[in-house]
Amino acid sequence: MITAGLRLDSHKALAMQRPLQLAAAPAAAVVSLDQGGGTTASPAVHPGMRVRIGTAISRRGDATTATLHSPVAGIVRDIGLRDIPTPSGRGLCIVIENDGSDARDVPLAPVSWESLSAADLIDGIREAGIVGLGGAAFPTSLKLLAAREHSVEHLVLNGAECEPWISCDDALMRERAGDVVLGAQVMMHASGARRATIAVEDDKPEAIAALQTALTAVSDDRIALLALPALYPAGAERQLLAAVTGREVPYDKLPPAIGLVCQNVGTAAAVASWVRTGQPCMSRIVTVTGSGVNRPANLEARIGTPLSVLVAECGGYCGQPRRLIAGGSMTGRALTSDAMPLSKAMNCVLVAAGTDLVPRGREMPCIRCGDCATACPAGLLPQQLHRAALSDDAELFERHGLADCIECGCCDYVCPSQIPLTSRFRAARGRAKARREEMQRAADARQRFEQRERRLAAQAEAERRAFDEARRRARGAGAPSDGTDAI
Amino acid sequence: MQFDVSTAPHVIAGFTVPRVMTQVLLALAPVGVAHVVLYGPGLLRQLAVCTITALICEALALRMRGHDPKPFLRDGSVLVTAVLLALSVPPLLPWWLAVLGTAAAVLLGKHVYGGLGYNPFNPAMVGYAVLLVSFPLEMSRWPVPTIAEWDAITGATALDQLRTGLGQRLTMQEIFAQPAFGAVGDAGAQWVNAAALIGGLYLLGRKIVRWHIPAAVLAGMAVPAMFMHTLDPGAHAGAAFHLFSGATMLGAFFIATDPVSAATSDRGRLLYGTGIGAVAWIIRTWGGYPDGIAFAVLLMNLAAPLLDRYTVPRIHGHPKR
Repeated sequence: MITAGLRLDSHKALAMQRPLQLAAAPAAAVVSLDQGGGTTASPAVHPGMRVRIGTAISRRGDATTATLHSPVAGIVRDIGLRDIPTPSGRGLCIVIENDGSDARDVPLAPVSWESLSAADLIDGIREAGIVGLGGAAFPTSLKLLAAREHSVEHLVLNGAECEPWISCDDALMRERAGDVVLGAQVMMHASGARRATIAVEDDKPEAIAALQTALTAVSDDRIALLALPALYPAGAERQLLAAVTGREVPYDKLPPAIGLVCQNVGTAAAVASWVRTGQPCMSRIVTVTGSGVNRPANLEARIGTPLSVLVAECGGYCGQPRRLIAGGSMTGRALTSDAMPLSKAMNCVLVAAGTDLVPRGREMPCIRCGDCATACPAGLLPQQLHRAALSDDAELFERHGLADCIECGCCDYVCPSQIPLTSRFRAARGRAKARREEMQRAADARQRFEQRERRLAAQAEAERRAFDEARRRARGAGAPSDGTDAI
Repeated sequence: MQFDVSTAPHVIAGFTVPRVMTQVLLALAPVGVAHVVLYGPGLLRQLAVCTITALICEALALRMRGHDPKPFLRDGSVLVTAVLLALSVPPLLPWWLAVLGTAAAVLLGKHVYGGLGYNPFNPAMVGYAVLLVSFPLEMSRWPVPTIAEWDAITGATALDQLRTGLGQRLTMQEIFAQPAFGAVGDAGAQWVNAAALIGGLYLLGRKIVRWHIPAAVLAGMAVPAMFMHTLDPGAHAGAAFHLFSGATMLGAFFIATDPVSAATSDRGRLLYGTGIGAVAWIIRTWGGYPDGIAFAVLLMNLAAPLLDRYTVPRIHGHPKR
């Protein structure tokens, strides 16, 4: 059971007051080669090339990168650096001008997944460009492969959607519960899991009812539905798995190590949509919400749609928008510009105005009240980590589990001294990583140096031997001496 | 359109230090009322002297340390220190001693270590200990509570008389028949303790303090008291007497719970609180001072870093430490 965590104002009703809408295709789609998963695909098209909806526009890379598909039909105008909603802020994007024809690359056909082998199914999922739509954009095929290798037993579908403002999964579960269930069945086949649990926070009764109906319709008794208490961050992977199964994933392992695999409900629906129609993943449901937008709603939008187009779709800006956030208020990334494109990782566009956000006031010293420790879902003592951060004490960081921080922001939220703890910890992790890399580089350099020394010594030795040998031979072959050496 | 950026999380609860301190001061109101009703308006003078001294010392120290005093004066922590000290000293203590104690609390107890958040000892208890060690006579003269209807102006507290009485080989009945004793504890302090208990429960209810430290302090004192009282009722007062005499409740809910100088994990806080309760009881029973809360708190303050070192809780996904 999750004991730590926060009860937060969900703000989800704002976007849920309207039904799921289909967003119009953009005049130009900007498809980033990094969809938020941290790996960059390489383009398979060049400027001037004509593409259609569903044309693969990235090369089939290694397993860590899912294929990208054109979300519109038209002409590739540009491949270049643009602002993208990832930590790096800039990355290569393929810009495709939409000719409005909506022509398809190949006629779509359903995938007969039940007759495919697991390996082929996983391959197909990668080819279909399906990644974790919960926000990590991690290739689904990789997770399924790892699950397969560890012969996992239990698939957990994450429909917790614990973060404030975001309601795309709620909208999806209400309107496409059948797809979620079908996706669960397909992914059980692919991963080899024998049972599945769809976990939903109990503040989404309509979604739970819809899933219940869908489950009754397929009468698959391997799939269970579980209502979780709405407690942020119930949807964090490790916390969710602990809540569902009562078992914790060891800190240095991934869920398959204990027979579990976790997928987002949106990912399951994307898999289902692919097997039903053959259509690859090139759109997603995104929540456009906040007091700074006229008609908050959930939109099904094509990947690469500029955020300004999504906002316009929802009636445009209103009031004084202060922040544009990709994601929710707790972990979302504040973006500099609405020209950035929708990525597969982006579950929400929060246009914050008025009192939507509560900015931090002046930072005061930590009084060690421990409210952060009470809130921390990872069982850390953020107050002690903060002390370690003040002195950048690596040993203290390790003892207090810096690496186990899930960056949920609960400690920041409750801190009476308004200390930006999460960003401090993030920075400290960056420094720790840099230190590790530096040490690795130093070790590598030393190894290279020692090898070189050994090599040079061996070479010198060989040369000396060769010289001696040559001299010996020269003496042996030359005029016979008086038989005694000069020395 | 361009936007400003900030780091996640973009929303906080906004329950800031000044609001925490305001709640603590509010919770201390019943203690103040009980104090004035029992011991007369002397407390009001002590409050005025202590708060003014504390604010001046705080501002001075901050300025000397090169900080802007304003946000720190507003945070209310120095007021809590001043009020706790004012409530702890006898109401008729000469004003210059109150000034001395407060200055010691704020300057020696807090700012020499780096101010708010960095003091290893509870500042109010540092001030109290300085006064108690330097001026034991003045510090032990408490007015006789008005409800006791006794004719002396000041006298020894029940904890004092218990020590003296046991030293004179009086029986428990004889000792408890003395006017300094009330129905449960000290004739006056039992009411102050009850008021502190009410204020403390309010803080628990508002989640300003968590239960670990107060519960542990009370248990740390009650359990050995009960045990020894059961073994030898002629030489040891019972748990209820100890809980409602001296500064037990004030100590458990308001002094020991100062988070800066306490242990910080839940398990650490249980040990920390238990230590305070037990050490206070030991000082009361066998030590040289009638009440032991202040010294018990200071001693456990010393132990807090050690407790923190050995009570790091298990992290999610890690094996038991």
